[in-house]
Amino acid sequence: MIRNHQSLPLKDTPSHPIEEWRKKIIEKTKEGLRISALFAQENKLMAILAHDEKGTLLPLSTEVPTKKYPSLTPECPQAHLFEREIKEQHDILPEGHPWLKPVRALGTDFFRIAGEEIHEVAVGPVHAGIIEPGHFRFQCHGEDVIHLEIALGYQHRGLEHQLQHGPTKRTLSYMETAAGDTSIGHTLAYCHALETLSSCEVSERAQMLRAIGLELERLANHTGDLGALAADIGYLPTSSYCGRLRGEFLNLTAEICGSRLGRGLVRPGGVGFDIDEKLISLILQEKLKKAFKDVTDAVQLLWDTPSVLSRFEETGVLSKKSAMELGMVGLVARSSGLRQDIRHTFPFGIYHKEKPSLSTWKSGDVFARAHIRWLEIQASVKFILKLLEALPAGKKREKTGALLKNTLTVSLIEGWRGEICHVAITDDKGLFSTYKIVDPSFHNWAGLALALRGQQISDFPLCNKSFNLSYCGHDL
Amino acid sequence: MFKTLWTRLKQGHHTSRFPKEAPKLSQRFRGLPMIDSSKCPQGCQDCAQSCPTDAITLKDSKIKLDLGRCLFCTDCVEACPEQSISYSQDYRLATTSRVNLILEEGRILKLAQAADQKIKKTFGRSLKLRQVSAGGCNGCEVETNVLNTLVFDLGRFGIQFVASPRHADGLLITGPVTENMELALKKTYDAVPSPKIVIAVGACAISGGPYIHHPQVHNGADSTVPVDLYIPGCPPHPFTILDGLLRFLDNLK
Repeated sequence: MIRNHQSLPLKDTPSHPIEEWRKKIIEKTKEGLRISALFAQENKLMAILAHDEKGTLLPLSTEVPTKKYPSLTPECPQAHLFEREIKEQHDILPEGHPWLKPVRALGTDFFRIAGEEIHEVAVGPVHAGIIEPGHFRFQCHGEDVIHLEIALGYQHRGLEHQLQHGPTKRTLSYMETAAGDTSIGHTLAYCHALETLSSCEVSERAQMLRAIGLELERLANHTGDLGALAADIGYLPTSSYCGRLRGEFLNLTAEICGSRLGRGLVRPGGVGFDIDEKLISLILQEKLKKAFKDVTDAVQLLWDTPSVLSRFEETGVLSKKSAMELGMVGLVARSSGLRQDIRHTFPFGIYHKEKPSLSTWKSGDVFARAHIRWLEIQASVKFILKLLEALPAGKKREKTGALLKNTLTVSLIEGWRGEICHVAITDDKGLFSTYKIVDPSFHNWAGLALALRGQQISDFPLCNKSFNLSYCGHDL
Repeated sequence: MFKTLWTRLKQGHHTSRFPKEAPKLSQRFRGLPMIDSSKCPQGCQDCAQSCPTDAITLKDSKIKLDLGRCLFCTDCVEACPEQSISYSQDYRLATTSRVNLILEEGRILKLAQAADQKIKKTFGRSLKLRQVSAGGCNGCEVETNVLNTLVFDLGRFGIQFVASPRHADGLLITGPVTENMELALKKTYDAVPSPKIVIAVGACAISGGPYIHHPQVHNGADSTVPVDLYIPGCPPHPFTILDGLLRFLDNLK
């Protein structure tokens, strides 16, 4: 049992015979623990289970010398994509997996429903808008979607593989572009892992600057998403205002580090850029307050417009039960009533002391996912302003030393989509023997597929936007 | 109804006056890199060794910087105590030839111009583009997408992103062109009626960026389709993209 950003010597990682390992994972996930990561290292399987209530992480490993084992998925649905990935990457067979397709290789068959009036709709990989590529295959009866299968992999750049035997001079660039709209989130997860493995203490000032960056990233994306949701139902005022306001938050990030997407802000040992009094009072505080005022007006229009609410409410419902079974994370989980936010359950950095309030909503529909974004925008603005008031003196960046050898660490960060999980395992030279990245999208794509069942196919863009998941974060 | 109108009034007017006025960028914005090899000590390779994408090469203490590979990170600046490399605030970076992106001391970046009168005549007043993300991290995609917001208001220049390649005059490509997207990119290119243009946006689409030489990628758009305009950055600032598009169409006046 470890906590977030704690290290564990590999020899102390509990290893179990396969049957016991399976039983433990199935039992624990039924008790409410989540699979944060599940991956293979040669003939070894490693699961990281997260206990949200206690804030503990349980690493469980087992050996599979025969290269096969009874699949977890039939009894533990949230393992489904992890097991497909294990088969694809390491050729270890989860026997009895109900849908053992590759995760990133193309050209495989789709699940098909037969029947006289059933038709199939194929969308992608090149879409109508300016978005990343992915393929969506709908099985429809008239306008109603019976089943949606999401096939990704078009964005696969071989990122994870290159992290092995690192860190190298390119590792930070990989982290910043793992999911380019979550540069700060992923880089922060990586830097925490590195700092844990080299026992580096980051100053409180740098921790706060990191948190400001992380929350600005959340603000920009949440605001943009609310605008895009409005666009998808043809409600243009909020769409055009939020499109502009998203940029205001990005520009604030650029004021700090020169890049609208936060490239260069988070660095191992601290931050790459400090801010002075002038920047704080003249630009950050003032512009943030102004942007927040405009966002408030723009978003309030949504809640005051009946035609907007009628499109949002009861569309794309994901029940709490399904969200739990599928291991949903982040704002999707919170919109289905799950109390799950890494800033609260596994606090990191400055979030040990200060954190924005946690918001949940019960309905699990598009409205819930929109409204949670609005609640989080309010909380994040309040939080940033509080941090800007109370920024203590401190060093911008500490040196990170050599990494501990033969050690494991888990780094969880609450990105704007949800839990970003990085697992680093070092070899006897202190280099990464495995570096596993689990983007929140890896968990949540299945939620979108499920939420679409029984919906009209015309509601797909709206539902998709309400999840707004990353393609490259999934494909890596 | 009244509330909607009241909110509209309160939101104000935010469309930039670009290109009549230069855009206001953050003080710390990293634009065109400036090279001063005269400060380089003999045999020093610090900047070249620090560069994550090997964009910098040093020969006889002369720095060469490939803007097509540059991620505009701070690694070389931090590695060099002599400050031989520094970033300017110049956001104008687009060129029409890959070779022009190689920066050397004393060589001015040759910015894009309308390739010929034919392009100006054909696309100058109306350019419809289809965007293809071929392994992009969503950085270049979102910075391209914001051109549609009211700040940049791309439509006023007669440029529009359309939903189908069949409606398009060209492609705007982001990402290093992954193996898994190569076929889709080719098919999309073929579906665009001629004459057509191709724009590569971002370090990935120009050279492969951080993913250069990975077996899963093709090191940029010109591995697969002919490129007419290169817009460097990681990601480029929206004004860099807009400037490039207008420059190419000779519409900057």
